[in-house]
Amino acid sequence: MSTLRFSQAVDLAVRHAMDEDDGVVVFGEDVPMIRRELLARFGPARVRPTPISESAFLGAAVGASLGGLRPIVEVQLVDFLTVGLSALVNEAAKVDTFSGGRWQAPMVVRATCGGGYGDGGQHEQALWGMLGGIPGLTVVVPSNPADAAGLMLSAIAHDGPVVFLEHKLLSDMWLEWMGGSRRKSVDFDLPASGIEGAVDDPPVPVPIGRATVLREGRDIALISLGVGVHRCLQAAQLLANDGVDAAVMDLRTVAPLDRTAITEMAESTGRVLAVDEDYTAGGLSGEIAVAACAGRPSVRFGRVTTESTIPYARDREEAGLPNVGRILDAVKPLLE
Amino acid sequence: MRGRLPDEPRFVLYDLVMSRRSTTLEDLYLQMARMRAFEEAAAELWADGLISGELHLGIGEEGIVAGILDHLADGDAMALDHRGTPPLVGRGANLESLFLELLGHPDGLGGGNGGHMHLFDRTLLAASSGIVGASAPTACGFAFSHQQLRPGRVAVAFLGESAVNQGMVMEALNLAAVWKLPVVFVVKDNGWAISTRSSRMTGGDLVRRAASFGLTARKVDGSDVMEVWEEARRMTARARAGKGPSYLHATCHRPRGHFEDDPLLRRVEEPRALADDFRQVMKAARRAQQPIRSRVAGLAAIGRTIATVTVTRRRTKDPLSHAARRLDDPKALDRKAAEEVKGAVVAALARVGTRR
Repeated sequence: MSTLRFSQAVDLAVRHAMDEDDGVVVFGEDVPMIRRELLARFGPARVRPTPISESAFLGAAVGASLGGLRPIVEVQLVDFLTVGLSALVNEAAKVDTFSGGRWQAPMVVRATCGGGYGDGGQHEQALWGMLGGIPGLTVVVPSNPADAAGLMLSAIAHDGPVVFLEHKLLSDMWLEWMGGSRRKSVDFDLPASGIEGAVDDPPVPVPIGRATVLREGRDIALISLGVGVHRCLQAAQLLANDGVDAAVMDLRTVAPLDRTAITEMAESTGRVLAVDEDYTAGGLSGEIAVAACAGRPSVRFGRVTTESTIPYARDREEAGLPNVGRILDAVKPLLE
Repeated sequence: MRGRLPDEPRFVLYDLVMSRRSTTLEDLYLQMARMRAFEEAAAELWADGLISGELHLGIGEEGIVAGILDHLADGDAMALDHRGTPPLVGRGANLESLFLELLGHPDGLGGGNGGHMHLFDRTLLAASSGIVGASAPTACGFAFSHQQLRPGRVAVAFLGESAVNQGMVMEALNLAAVWKLPVVFVVKDNGWAISTRSSRMTGGDLVRRAASFGLTARKVDGSDVMEVWEEARRMTARARAGKGPSYLHATCHRPRGHFEDDPLLRRVEEPRALADDFRQVMKAARRAQQPIRSRVAGLAAIGRTIATVTVTRRRTKDPLSHAARRLDDPKALDRKAAEEVKGAVVAALARVGTRR
């Protein structure tokens, strides 16, 4: 076991998968420089650059997976994924059903997501709710290095398309690229337990579709994923000072959602606050509400989400993304 | 006021002026100097942490931008990419409000909501996107609205050479051809797609690719503002006359890399960064169990990229120095531009002042 940064942990998982299966290949924009250690290990035939042609390389990943490879295709930002979304929504997600379950498209789309470093509303979106709503697509959003490595192993092994999202506030390499984080003049709210942590070598697979409880509590359940998990843990600590016993659940997977775990958690606490960095409507937080009320309809539910296009201005961006203050404010009425 | 656009009579006036005026190299140089001064000020604000996120500057592209913009006037539209500030400076956007936008101030061009990659100026009919190829289809739409509402106006798309490989650009080239749109696609070829050499990721020749869609397509040296200006004159005139779209491929350089504090450039500029990196990849290659041939090829690919950056960055051809050599007193123009930009920065910072 060693201490790894978030991206290093994911790369470690990719490396093991590539060692074990020659069919695992990595391609995408700027991959040779971004994954240069993989390139040095596995050579340019299996670690290759693509043109800025999202429709083509995402579509090619579908074809490659049908042809017997297990491609990991990289898109630098999940926002850019929308340029080639047809390949995921209309092709990859449909193969299993259209073939009567006789053919699968085992591919992983690895992309960064999330805001909190002032890159503007076209470069900081979460979009996991929209993606997770498509039957046939699996979407995972790890919150720490060990889960990231474990989920990447499971994603590569999964017999279908998986979108693997890496939050930029957790992945310092990407924050350096997108946020200019080497500047001493800037400051980001980085969750220490998310950016670095102990990871087994080889990593232990984390099952897809399984949430985990990071903190037990009787009064209210804070349910989140990605960076939101860390904001919840911070909020729970503050709530404890006020005598409120808050549980924190890390969903880890958006689709398939661990509805059973949410329902059980809601039954035991009676109050649920979903903390979801994605947009409010038509997404994950509503699904959490459905699962929360599935056992006991009297469960009190609230949510902290991104309600508008993320503003560029740092102060408004911070106010608009889920943060500890907003979580505490949203908890209050649920406790009354 | 919603939906109101510049008045028609001004177009008539513009046509009169355009037909009689003469642009001098001094005029073009001053525009380039203004863009350069603006961008250098933005770089400082970014280093000071006052501008957040990625900052992609258009330093090195001024010759292309100035050469095109001189043929535009009220009612013409621009679709911009992630290097949108030089065209806005050149088209006469309010510099203070541009700076305020970059600083995330409510009085900025977009209320501080868009930021430097997402700049919108309604009065100039200028719209930006950080999706690299998006300017091409947007320009087609601007051009279509010209056909319907403002005959004689032209739309310009600014994009990079690597963005041409995005499917939407090829679709836009075709759409422009079949709808005979008054659009000029301006491709700024700096040779790089972030950290990837674009020639290695582009099949065939882009000028011929555009020509094969039926567009008038030419290649020019983008560091020579007059060469761009000449070709842009023909292309915009052609569009205004209803003769259809054109494709202008202009070469340039990006001396500051893809964005500020470019990690690839840093490896060339800082020996320690390169050495650390080299150690890492060598270690990875040594420990791998893969065939030697693929590992050597992997290391060679990394080495080639670093070597290409090293070599190409010394070959930069600056559009301002190129023009300055043919001017009597370029320094006076530099000073004039610097003064104007400084005034705008000082005013913008004064307004930001206590907010931070």
